[in-house]
Amino acid sequence: MDADLTLDIRNLQTHFTADPGVSKAVDGVSFAVRRNETLAVVGESGSGKSVTSLSAMRLIPTPPGIIAGGEILFRGRDGQVRDLARLSERAMRSVRGNEIGMIFQEPMTSLNPVYTVGDQIGEALRYHQGLDRRAARAEALAMLKKVGIPAAERRLDEYPHQMSGGMRQRVMIAMALACRPTLLIADEPTTALDVTIQAQILDLMRRLQEETGTSILFITHNLGVVAEVAHRVVVMYSGRIVEEGDVRSLLKSPRHPYTRGLLACMPHLGQRRGDGGRLYAIPGSVPSPVNRPAGCTFAPRCALAEPACLAAEPVLEPVGPDHSARCRRWRDVQ
Amino acid sequence: MASVPAGHGSVPLPSSAKGRSSRSPAALLLRQLFRRRLVVLSFLVMLAILAVALLAPWITPFNPMKMDILGRLKPPTAAHWFGTDEYGRDVLSRVMLGARLSLLVGLLVVVVATLLGTLLGLAAGYIRPLDGLLMRLTDALMAFPDILLAIAFMAALGPSLYNVVLALGIVYTPRVARVVRAACLVVREMPFIEAATALGASTPRIVFLHILPNLMSPILVQATFIFAYAILTEAALSFLGVGVPPTTPTWGNMIASAQQYFQQADWLILFPGCAIVLTVLSLQIVGDGLRDALDPRLQKAK
Repeated sequence: MDADLTLDIRNLQTHFTADPGVSKAVDGVSFAVRRNETLAVVGESGSGKSVTSLSAMRLIPTPPGIIAGGEILFRGRDGQVRDLARLSERAMRSVRGNEIGMIFQEPMTSLNPVYTVGDQIGEALRYHQGLDRRAARAEALAMLKKVGIPAAERRLDEYPHQMSGGMRQRVMIAMALACRPTLLIADEPTTALDVTIQAQILDLMRRLQEETGTSILFITHNLGVVAEVAHRVVVMYSGRIVEEGDVRSLLKSPRHPYTRGLLACMPHLGQRRGDGGRLYAIPGSVPSPVNRPAGCTFAPRCALAEPACLAAEPVLEPVGPDHSARCRRWRDVQ
Repeated sequence: MASVPAGHGSVPLPSSAKGRSSRSPAALLLRQLFRRRLVVLSFLVMLAILAVALLAPWITPFNPMKMDILGRLKPPTAAHWFGTDEYGRDVLSRVMLGARLSLLVGLLVVVVATLLGTLLGLAAGYIRPLDGLLMRLTDALMAFPDILLAIAFMAALGPSLYNVVLALGIVYTPRVARVVRAACLVVREMPFIEAATALGASTPRIVFLHILPNLMSPILVQATFIFAYAILTEAALSFLGVGVPPTTPTWGNMIASAQQYFQQADWLILFPGCAIVLTVLSLQIVGDGLRDALDPRLQKAK
């Protein structure tokens, strides 16, 4: 594993045993997050992006889920590389919250209603770093200030129900970053927030990354957010990576019909009304992970599909500098 | 927030900051609870009965055990407010002492049932393979009427105050276990539990520090009701002669021994009976009030 990598996922396979068979939610995904870098993983519901992030935290409920193969190499604070896929549960506990922080989608319900936010931010510090109550409280206060909560001294002793969604998401970020993790996994952290708050939270995450040098794995389905925060992008479809690359070249000149479809789905200002300006939608839906079609998984929904696409699964091939796509016809995608 | 006295200080707090310190879940609960006058009244009655029970040995007007052959079965008078019983003992003093025993039994039953029930409920709610087994067990226990099951336990254990506590504790454990399991199943799936796991909390930590505190409301409500049931069932057991040994003046025992005389001396049944009714009723109303105050649907509607 390269020295500047924080996380290196290699050929990850995460499966769920379902009634009709085995559901391969993540099927051979490989990507790396560099130090100081924000990698966005994009895809529709059911593309496997959340399962990928939960696998990295080993939070897949087992059973029915299982990490069936692959490696999740992670470089800790001490510089040592460990394979999280094979770490004992006990060792994993000391990684979670300590070396890898995680933010969830639902700020309204991701905080325990019976504890003050100060207690909740301090909790991980107390058991990961052995801080006493007073030191944890002081550190929690510093974190609250860092995430930009006004009147932090007073807010420290408040309960989650006294705060708005945006405030709670700031508290979540403070909790996730309290132990100074080397990697922050953010699973749709702004999806439940309204746009003005969304912009503030993204801004905060960017600022904190500059200050702390944390790598961020950012899970989202919102390409606008991707353009805001990401350095590099991985587009997932049906448990596989279909395109990955530098954020500029990927958003400017997508080489996979799915990425292009996602971009076309975004409403934008100045769009004409009426029939001529209809919002584009990719026809069909993500195929069932239990029963994937042979060949290219996107072919049934793809306008460019030809018989050869159904015959064999295309490989992820380089289409430019730091840019690759899994499509036989990438040259025809504008 | 209206309870913050005006002109309380010269510090110009923003209006939203007033009363912040009292917005802990417990303070919110009390405020919600005391919104209803009947609940406040019942709470005061409960406190009064509790005070009598605690102070009984020092405040009874007569020695509750002292017999007076000449003053047998006297109706209520200025000296003996509740009259005297078949041995000439002062009924008021005995009712006061009885409060002590009845409340002690009730309280100990609550402790036993809540502890056992919470542990069983958490085990059933969190450890999936145990769920089926434990719940069928509680189903089996709950299939018997309370009093029948208690009599069976008493028959096996023999009559004593602590056996009554044990028997009733076991009888009411399934109720707590059921409620705790149901609430645990809900709370364990909440996003903040996943968030706690993602912060590296261990399983015991999750169960006892993150799930359990969120179950306190239903447990508290159940505990209040069990307190009331336990007092009632203890009286019934004593009345049937399988409870606390008859020499001890519990309310149930007093009513039991008054059976033979109640045609001439109805006050012997009336006063301990009223004590039971008053205690159980006030507990039930407070329990009801707690349940309403803790009901999330009502919280949203306010």
